[in-house]
Amino acid sequence: MAEYKWPEEGKRSLIGKRIKRLDGPDKVSGKAKYTFDINRPGMLFGKMLRSPHAHAKIVSIDTSAAEKMPGVKAVKIIQGPGSEIQWAGDEIVIVAAVDESTAEDAVRAIKVQYEKLPHFVDERDLSKIPQQYRRPPTAQTKGEPDKAFAEAGAVIEGVYGNEVITHCCLETHGLVSEWVDDKNVMIHPSTQSVTAVGGELARALGLPAGNVHVHMDHVGGGFGSKFPIDRWGIETTRLSKLAGGKPIKTMLERDAELTVAGTRPSAYARVKVAATKEGRITAWESESWGSGGVAGTGMPPYPYVWQIPNAKTRHNSIITHTGPQRAWRAPNHPQACLVTMSALEDLAAKLGMDPLDFFLKNIEMTGVRANVYKEELLKAAEMIEWKKLWRPRGEGAVGSTKTVKRGLGLSLHTWGGGGHASDCDLTIHPDGSVDLKMGTQDLGVGTRTVLAIVAGETLGLPVNAIKINIGDNRYPPSGSSGGSTTVGGISASTRRASVDAVNALFEKVAPAMNTTPDKLEAVGGKIQEIGKPTNSMTWKQACAKLGTQPITMRGKQPGKETLTNQGVGGVQMADVSVDVETGIVKMNNFIAVQDCGLIIDMKTAESQVFGAMIMGVTFALYEERVMDQQTGRVLNPNMEFYRLAGLADIGNFKVHMMTGKGYDERGVIGLGEPPTVSPGAAISNAVANAIGVRVGTIPLTPDRVLAALAKKGGSNA
Amino acid sequence: MHKFEYASPTTKEQAVALLGKSWSEAEALAGGTDLLSLMKDYISTPARVVNLKGIKELGGISPTRGGVRIGALATIEDLRDKLKGYDAITQAASGITSPQIRNMGTVGGDLCQRPRCWYYRGGFGVLAQGENGEPLVPNGDNRYHAILGNGGEAKFVHPSSLGPALIALGAKIGVFGPGGARQVEAAKFFVTPKSANDRETVLAPNEIVTEIVVPANLGGTSATYEIRQREALDWPLAAASVVLKLDAGKKVKSAAIVLGHVAPTPWVAAEAAQFLAGKTIDEDVAAEAGKIALANAAPLSRNAYKVQLARVAVKRALLKAAGLM
Repeated sequence: MAEYKWPEEGKRSLIGKRIKRLDGPDKVSGKAKYTFDINRPGMLFGKMLRSPHAHAKIVSIDTSAAEKMPGVKAVKIIQGPGSEIQWAGDEIVIVAAVDESTAEDAVRAIKVQYEKLPHFVDERDLSKIPQQYRRPPTAQTKGEPDKAFAEAGAVIEGVYGNEVITHCCLETHGLVSEWVDDKNVMIHPSTQSVTAVGGELARALGLPAGNVHVHMDHVGGGFGSKFPIDRWGIETTRLSKLAGGKPIKTMLERDAELTVAGTRPSAYARVKVAATKEGRITAWESESWGSGGVAGTGMPPYPYVWQIPNAKTRHNSIITHTGPQRAWRAPNHPQACLVTMSALEDLAAKLGMDPLDFFLKNIEMTGVRANVYKEELLKAAEMIEWKKLWRPRGEGAVGSTKTVKRGLGLSLHTWGGGGHASDCDLTIHPDGSVDLKMGTQDLGVGTRTVLAIVAGETLGLPVNAIKINIGDNRYPPSGSSGGSTTVGGISASTRRASVDAVNALFEKVAPAMNTTPDKLEAVGGKIQEIGKPTNSMTWKQACAKLGTQPITMRGKQPGKETLTNQGVGGVQMADVSVDVETGIVKMNNFIAVQDCGLIIDMKTAESQVFGAMIMGVTFALYEERVMDQQTGRVLNPNMEFYRLAGLADIGNFKVHMMTGKGYDERGVIGLGEPPTVSPGAAISNAVANAIGVRVGTIPLTPDRVLAALAKKGGSNA
Repeated sequence: MHKFEYASPTTKEQAVALLGKSWSEAEALAGGTDLLSLMKDYISTPARVVNLKGIKELGGISPTRGGVRIGALATIEDLRDKLKGYDAITQAASGITSPQIRNMGTVGGDLCQRPRCWYYRGGFGVLAQGENGEPLVPNGDNRYHAILGNGGEAKFVHPSSLGPALIALGAKIGVFGPGGARQVEAAKFFVTPKSANDRETVLAPNEIVTEIVVPANLGGTSATYEIRQREALDWPLAAASVVLKLDAGKKVKSAAIVLGHVAPTPWVAAEAAQFLAGKTIDEDVAAEAGKIALANAAPLSRNAYKVQLARVAVKRALLKAAGLM
C-alpha cells in the first residue's frame, strides 16, 4: 500500500529549499497573460452605468440614445425601474460597444430618473450614528469583569480603530466572455476560483455546468475579493448573447474597483483593559462598532488571541450605504489584532513595563500556541535588537533626535489555514516527460512552483521537468484560493498523485531490473534499487518501458494519511521613526517571524510574507477609503489619494520562518493570511512608543499623528 | 472620453489659431499627464485637442544674458538634468518622485495643471458645488484643502510644484496669443477662479505658455522643502520655496518665501520675508518666519494640521537655503 507522508528532513531534495518561482521570467518580460491582456477576434468592450446616488429608487431608464449610437452593439438593463440602489456605484445598465470610449460615451447617453432617498455613509463616530443605521447590539460576558476591574492594579481606557480599506487589486475585477455556440460559453475571468466560478455562471444562465469553460493563466491580485462570478460577469455573458455571442471584455475602471469590488469593514472600539500591579492581565471590556456596507458587520474576535479570563464585549453593527464588504486577507483578524495589541501595549506602558516582557509574562494566556509565540517573540526580539534599542514610551528608542523620534512596537497573531479539497492528475509519458493537471489558480504566490516541487521531489526530477497545467476548469477540480488553504490542498493531492504514478512506474520496470517494485526509489533522475544504487535506470529509460501507454494517476485531498494541518502563530516587530514636527512616520526595520508547518518552497514562502508586510505598511500608514456624507460618494477612488506604499516607503524587511522539529512534521498549512494580521498593530505600537502617545486610529497619517501629539499626556479617549 | 478633433501644429501661431475662444472648444496638450485623465473622467470634454509637442521653439533650456530661459515644453526631468544654480526649482522638480511623470510632464504643464481637489475630480466643478450649488468643501472632507486665500468660493490648493520656486526667484512667464507675445510676472500668473468656468491662471483660452525666464540668483541661495507623506509619488501636504541673499556678515539682505499647496494659488509670504531682513538665519529665526507666514491662516474643519506643516516647510526651506540643513 502506498505511503504518502512527506519525506523527512535530510531526505528532501527540493522541498523546503529556496526555489525561484517558475513563472517569474514570464511575468517580468510581459509574456504572462492576465485577463486584461486577453483580446479575442471581434471583441467588444463592456461598460456599466453606475448610480451616482448612495441610496435611491430607480424611477425610469431611457437607453434609446445609447442604442442608436454608432458602434454600440448591445444594451442591457441590470436593475430596472423600481429597484432600490443601496450604494453609489451600483450597476444599473451594461453596454457593449466596439471600443472603450464608445462604450463610455454610450453609458453617459443613458438617462435615468432617480428618486433620492436618505443615505448614511460615515460611521466613524458612534455617538453620531442615527438609530435606524444601527442593528441591535450583541453582548457577551465571561468571568466577572466588573469585579476584576474593581480589583485591578492598573486600568487603561482608549479608543482604537481602523478605517474601511479596499482590496485595490492592481488588475481590476472583470472578464472576457463569449458564446462559442448557442449552448456553450467560454470565459477568461480574473478569479481566485477557476473551478467553482464556471458552475456559478452556469447556474445563473440556466446552462449545464459543463457548458461553461473557464480559463485563466494569471491573476493580478485578489486578496479575497475575487471568488464570485459577480453581477458584471453574469451580465456580460448575457450581453454577449444579445450581441450574437461576440466576446465582450468588461474590466472595472479603477474608480469602480475601489467603490464596488470589495472592502474590508471598518472597526472601532472603546476598550478598557486591566492588569494586576505585577502585570498579569485580568479583564477586558469593549464597546465596538464598524461597518461593511448595508449588511453591517460582525464583531472581530475581541480580545484577540489573549484568553483574558474576565471579558465583556458589546458590538454595534452599523449599516452604511457603501460598497459591500468582501473577504480581505484574514477577515476580521487585522482589526481585532490592532485593537487588542494596541490596548495591551498601552497597558504595559501604564505599568511601566517593556511590552515584550509584558507579553512573555502573560504568554500562557495565548493558549495552545504559547510556546510557539514565546519562541517567536524571542527570535524577533533578537532580530530587531529589541533589548538594545527599546526605551520606555516617549523617551525615544536609541537613535532618536530632537525632531525625529524612533520607536519599537510588537504584535502577535494567529490563523487557521489548512488544505482545501483538490484533485490532481499526474501523467508520466513514455518519452519521460511529466505533466500535471489541476483546476487551481496561481494568485501570484508560487502555486505552479509548489506543484512542480512536490511532483519533482516525489519523482526524483528537477522542477523544470514537470509541465504544470492549471487555470482551467476542464482540469481536475481544486478549491478556491482563500483562507490560506491552497498550498495545503494542492501539495497533498499532488503528493498522492505523484506517489501513485511513480509506484505504477516501479511496477513496470521492476522485472527488467530483477527486483520488486517495493525495492525501488526515484532519485536524482534515476530509478534505482534502494541500498543498491548501481542497479539503476535513467528516468527516460524507465519511462520507455511504458510502451505506448502513459501512466495517469489522480491524487485527492483529503485522502489517506494527513498531509496538512491547521493553526499557526506569528510575531512581528516594527522599528519606526516619527518626525514630530510633521507627523510623518517612516519605516526603519520590520521583522516577521512566522510558522506555517512544512514549507514547500522557502523562497516563495518568504516572498508571501514580504507581500503581506508591504500591504501591512500600507494599511498602517496610508490606506483608507474616504466617504463624503454630503454626496454619498467615495472621494478617493483612485491611486492618487487611495495611497499604497511605494518601495521607498517600506523600509527594511527581515523574515524568519520557523522550521525543523516541532514545525515540519505538522504538514503543510498555508501562509496567505497570517502575516497580514499584525502590521497595523506592530506599527501603531511602535509609533506610540516613539512619540509617547497613542494615535488611536490608523492609518497613521500626519493629521492624526499631529492631533495625538497635540493632546499628549492625556488618554486618547 | 468624448470624441475630439486632434491637431498637431508646428508653430505657435498655428497653435493659438487652433485654440478656441472658450475652454470647451479646445485644450492644449503637452505631456498629457493631467489632460488625459481629465478627459477620461469627462471633467474636460474639448471638441479639439491641440498638441503643442511639435512646436520646436517651445522646448529647450538655455542660458540668457541675465539668467536662464526654460522652454514650456522642457520636461521636469530636463530641469534636473540641465538646470544649475536654481536649487529651489530643481529641488521642487525632484519632489515629483515618479520617473514617468518627470519624463512626460512639462514645465508649462506643471503651471497650467488643474487642481487635484477630489470634489473637482469627482465632477463637482472647480468650486466644488453640489447639485443645488451648495459648497461641498466646508462641510465635507477638506483635509487637503486650502488654509490660506480660501475666503472665496475656491477652496482647492494649486498643485503646481514649480510655481512657488519661480515666483520666489522672480521669474517671468512668456505667454503667446492671437495678439502676440506678452510676459507675465510669475507672481501674477496664478489667479483664483471666481466662477466654475474660470481657470487658475491668467491665460485666455487661446493663449499658451511659451517659456519661463528666470533671472540669475546672483549671490543668493534658494531651496524648496516639501512635506509629503510618501516617498513614492505623492502630492505635498505643504511646501515652501525660498530665496535668500546674505551680506558679508551672513545677515539677510533680502528674502522671498512662497508657499505651495496651501491656497488656490502659490502663496507669497511677504511679511515673513521682510521679517528676515537684517537677521542671521538660525532655527529660531526660521521658525518665527514660518509662524509669520501662517499668521493669517484660516483652516477649514479638517485641515488645521496643514498650518503646522506649512510653518515647518518654511522653517526647513530657510534652513536648507542657508546651508543649515
